[in-house]
Amino acid sequence: MATPTKSSTDEFIKGLWKDNPVFVQVLGMCPVLAVSNTAMNALAMGLATAFVLVMSNIVVSSLRSFIPKQVRIATYILIIATFVTVVDYVIQAISLDLYKALGAFISLIVVNCLILGRAEAFASKNTVARSVMDGLGMGVGFAFALFCLGAVREILGNGTLFEAALFHDSFQNWVVMILPSGGFFSLAAWLLLFNWLEQRKAKKDEKATLALSEEAAQ
Amino acid sequence: MSHAELASRPAPPSTWHMYRAMVGVGVFCGLLIVSVYQVTLPVIERNKAEALQEAIFHVLPNASTSTTYRLDEPNGFKVLEGESHGEQLVYAGYDANEELVGLAVEARGMGYQDVIGLIYGYSFAEEAIVGIQVLESKETPGLGDKIETDPAFLQNFERLDVSLADNLSELANPIVPVKHGEKTHPWEVDGITGATISSVAIANILDRSAQYWVPRIRNNLRDFQGGE
Repeated sequence: MATPTKSSTDEFIKGLWKDNPVFVQVLGMCPVLAVSNTAMNALAMGLATAFVLVMSNIVVSSLRSFIPKQVRIATYILIIATFVTVVDYVIQAISLDLYKALGAFISLIVVNCLILGRAEAFASKNTVARSVMDGLGMGVGFAFALFCLGAVREILGNGTLFEAALFHDSFQNWVVMILPSGGFFSLAAWLLLFNWLEQRKAKKDEKATLALSEEAAQ
Repeated sequence: MSHAELASRPAPPSTWHMYRAMVGVGVFCGLLIVSVYQVTLPVIERNKAEALQEAIFHVLPNASTSTTYRLDEPNGFKVLEGESHGEQLVYAGYDANEELVGLAVEARGMGYQDVIGLIYGYSFAEEAIVGIQVLESKETPGLGDKIETDPAFLQNFERLDVSLADNLSELANPIVPVKHGEKTHPWEVDGITGATISSVAIANILDRSAQYWVPRIRNNLRDFQGGE
């Protein structure tokens, strides 16, 4: 049976929710856990990763017939490292404060398996347009997931969101949420929520299919 | 493997194709990096210079102009024209009447996560450090980074005694870190609970730098009197 062709919009949407790189595929955990201590850091890191993902997808997809299979991984890493260097300079030019906050993690985007994974699994086999949509979907999904973690950690750990105070002075900050262990706690909580939503949806679908088959039998 | 299977396998690409791909992509990437570097370099340098200027006036609030000096031992301090990066630099701050109000000095040292870079203001009149600003730090957000934001900690540096001993070659009292709430002398730095290593690191960085710079500055005060 032929599988129906996915539209570009489907490619975009799958990264946002169904195949979310953090909550479903659990990829790129190093920056997810390390840079999600505040909402601003998480968002900036997510957007930087999304930029590198889209740009590397465009170049890999454009050169897919030019790059022999034997040297593809080395070439993809070269392309990804180039865009990471570009992002590094651009962030330094935009804001030194932001650059200070993201620290060494900008350079570590090179080894984020999400980016190499999309280059290898998708961009090297698809057209530029579809690769752009895939990169955008996965990139925005990654940034969204980082923001979810960063927001929870900043709210509970510091009592603020984007540095704006949310609670009364008497609020006792949960310092553990800002520490590395807080990253694991909030990631676990979000994964729990996502899996629960997925299971609930699967049960609903199962019930609907059962009802349909019963109707058909009558 | 049978001959039929071997024959059905696609022929491997020639070495030329592999070199072409690697070198081609390498050249493209190299050109892209150099172009972006060239475009962003002036902006990055301007940002860094602005951040440094802001920091100088932050740690020397009474200053309205600043001049960069390089220590050229044993001849003392010389005004540095143009390029203001490099080693052995201090920034003299002058008020509206071109009177010297103090010097801003950069210092670096190991913190909890990585190197901490800071700038501090030294006042001759008070023989004290009168302000600091952290320029570079990767301390733990929410904990170690309180060295930049904690008002009680920053109060240490409103007047931190760095007066010289009688021999004019070392501090009368070294800058020492103490536990939070135990500060009794003006040369002690009251630490931060939960950021002990970072706050101790700041005290040690200041002590090392002040032990080096304050005697040299005091013994060459005339070099700075020229002003702008």
